Amino acid sequence: MELGLVIGNIVSTIKQKNYHGRKLLLVESLDAELNPIGTTTVCVDTVDAGEGDVVLVAREGRAASEILGEETIPVRSLVIGVIDHKGISILKPKHNQG
Amino acid sequence: MKLGRIQGKVWATKKDAQLTGIKLYLMQPLDKNLNPMGREIVAADAIGVGEGDLVYWVGSREGTFAVPGKRIPSDASIVGFVDSVHVAVPSKVKKNDYINYID
Repeated sequence: MELGLVIGNIVSTIKQKNYHGRKLLLVESLDAELNPIGTTTVCVDTVDAGEGDVVLVAREGRAASEILGEETIPVRSLVIGVIDHKGISILKPKHNQG
Repeated sequence: MKLGRIQGKVWATKKDAQLTGIKLYLMQPLDKNLNPMGREIVAADAIGVGEGDLVYWVGSREGTFAVPGKRIPSDASIVGFVDSVHVAVPSKVKKNDYINYID
């Protein structure tokens, strides 16, 4: 998984059947210190995340079919969690330089 | 999935048998501001697109599942039309709302 910021959403009425009834969020990938790293992805929302939320994004492999419970589903990126307030602790930079 | 703009169409009569009946389009991947990102690719159509359409598409292994009931040899398949994109500005995170640095 990776960290992401929900920067918006996508409205899409005509789409492949597996996408029906699913909310689509526009998510910008973040590094550990929440700086944008330049990739923006369309994600299926599974936790009712909203704009401005820092979220947990599953991007690779079989996560989608596991979570959405369908073997062959053309979905790759999913928002599967919302990071808590003060939900990240990081060792102070001078420590992890060593 | 990623955003993309349909730029043109590709015909390949001689192709992998599993691609028969699948329309192929030239597509330009887009970033959040709908500007071109990277080079154009050929994507398999699963929803009936046309030139100029704003779409989203799925890549790598999941691209093969785009056409229900079929496994198509495609690593980029178009799965939805975009009616509109809403981007909240600015996309800045208040870091100390989230991060506490520890010794």
